Amino acid sequence: MRETFVRTATALLDDPRTTIVLADISAAAFAPAARRYPDRVLNVGIREQLMVGVAGGLALTGQRPIVHSYAPFLVERAYEQVKLDLDHQGVGAVLVSVGASYDRAAAGRTHLAPADVALIDTLRDWTVHVPGHSDEVPGLLRDAVCGQDSAYLRLSTQSNARAYPDAGDLRVLRDAGRGAPLLVAVGPVLDAALAAVAGLPVTVAYTHRPRPFDTAGLRALAGTEVILVEPYLAGTSARVVGAALADRPHRLLALGVGRDDLRRYGSAEDHTRWHGLDAAGLRRSVEGFLAAVPVAA
Amino acid sequence: MTTTTATDPAPPGTLGALLDRVRAGREFSPNVYSTLDVLQVLYDRVLRITPETADDPDRDRFLLSKGHAVAGYYALLAAKGFIPVEWLDDQGGPESRLGDHPDRLLVPGVEIGSGSLGHGLGLGVGTALGLRAQGRATPRVYVLLGDAELDEGSNHEAIAYAGATGLASLTAIVLDNRSASHGWPGGAATRFTVNGWTAATEDGRDHEALHAALTGHDHHRPHVVVAVVTDEE
Repeated sequence: MRETFVRTATALLDDPRTTIVLADISAAAFAPAARRYPDRVLNVGIREQLMVGVAGGLALTGQRPIVHSYAPFLVERAYEQVKLDLDHQGVGAVLVSVGASYDRAAAGRTHLAPADVALIDTLRDWTVHVPGHSDEVPGLLRDAVCGQDSAYLRLSTQSNARAYPDAGDLRVLRDAGRGAPLLVAVGPVLDAALAAVAGLPVTVAYTHRPRPFDTAGLRALAGTEVILVEPYLAGTSARVVGAALADRPHRLLALGVGRDDLRRYGSAEDHTRWHGLDAAGLRRSVEGFLAAVPVAA
Repeated sequence: MTTTTATDPAPPGTLGALLDRVRAGREFSPNVYSTLDVLQVLYDRVLRITPETADDPDRDRFLLSKGHAVAGYYALLAAKGFIPVEWLDDQGGPESRLGDHPDRLLVPGVEIGSGSLGHGLGLGVGTALGLRAQGRATPRVYVLLGDAELDEGSNHEAIAYAGATGLASLTAIVLDNRSASHGWPGGAATRFTVNGWTAATEDGRDHEALHAALTGHDHHRPHVVVAVVTDEE
């Protein structure tokens, strides 16, 4: 996805408003673009607070910044700049991260960012894109950069086998009929989720845009049981689902990355398994959830 | 000790009188007065900004990074016609647009909302870069900070980068009232000059010296003016 992002962002420099701000990460990949547009491809060095502050200043002059780094440095380290230098100034930017929850698992905790979407979700009116395939990236990036508001694109080395370019609103990929339990998979967890519910009467819907969450689609599809599978912190979208279904009796299982610092290295696939987000782990959770019968009042 | 106290009303129509309207009997901390002279020199003699050009893309930008130095700022904005003088009477009230820190979405003429220290210089660097990308050579970006504010590491990210890239349209003004807990041995200006900025350190109450320093940049490098104010109450 990172290569696709670099290619698409470079092409968007045709618009004189587009300005890319980097903090060394991916600077080599953007070097040709920087040679062509030295005033609009800016590498501030390993200075993430400045990277986001510069984006705020650029936006104040009418430029459209694309800000890019590793997820923990972009969102967590520079969170106050995101909150104050963008939101509080009333200006927007497009933040594009790589690394996701545990793409570089062997790098350890410093390079893991399972809480990035939850942090962005503390802010108002952000659009969050979590593509599940590199072919979903160009359209999402173009739409975000063409807009005025702030958007967060969370790129990952994790991927589904195929792309679903039009999956901002919930897209039903497996229909188990009216009233069936609904599983919503966000971004690259889709394939594991589909495999997990093979043979089970569960409807599966996909989205790569958890914010704003397609609550209308959720209300149209949801019966009593709703299962969320997200590739970042478990429960990140639980509040949205809870609010959307507040007027209906329902049960929610919110799966995702756990809060524990596992202090283990290995591969992304290892971490997927340890957090129960592989097909076998998801199946165990879903079967347990569906087997539980609520006690009658 | 200065002569400005709550019991001495300033002559009507003066900046002091406007400041009294903001103060409304409260006691201001010394930093309010230490900033007033440099703000006056900027708005009277340096900045190319008027209420009529407040949205002109070619205007100079003044970013108040030390957002708590707000009373004199509001008084000056009122004196220059950016905001109605009546707004000063209810500063901080439930219906007021004038908080203890300024909000650019609420106050005409205010370029950034500030309060949390260490944000103005990064925003100023980005503003200067945006103007450069648009080919606007005329406007200059001025950022007012405090010497204690320099404690925030974000400033040093901005100082190093602006110096390394020769961001010539940027002027930082450090109001040095010696309030940094651990001081700046060798002077605040050295933190800038070692990174390639030009610098002038002046008496923060001497309007002529401040004016000369604020207009003494060479258009090749970013410039800092350290305005030293140590004779306050």
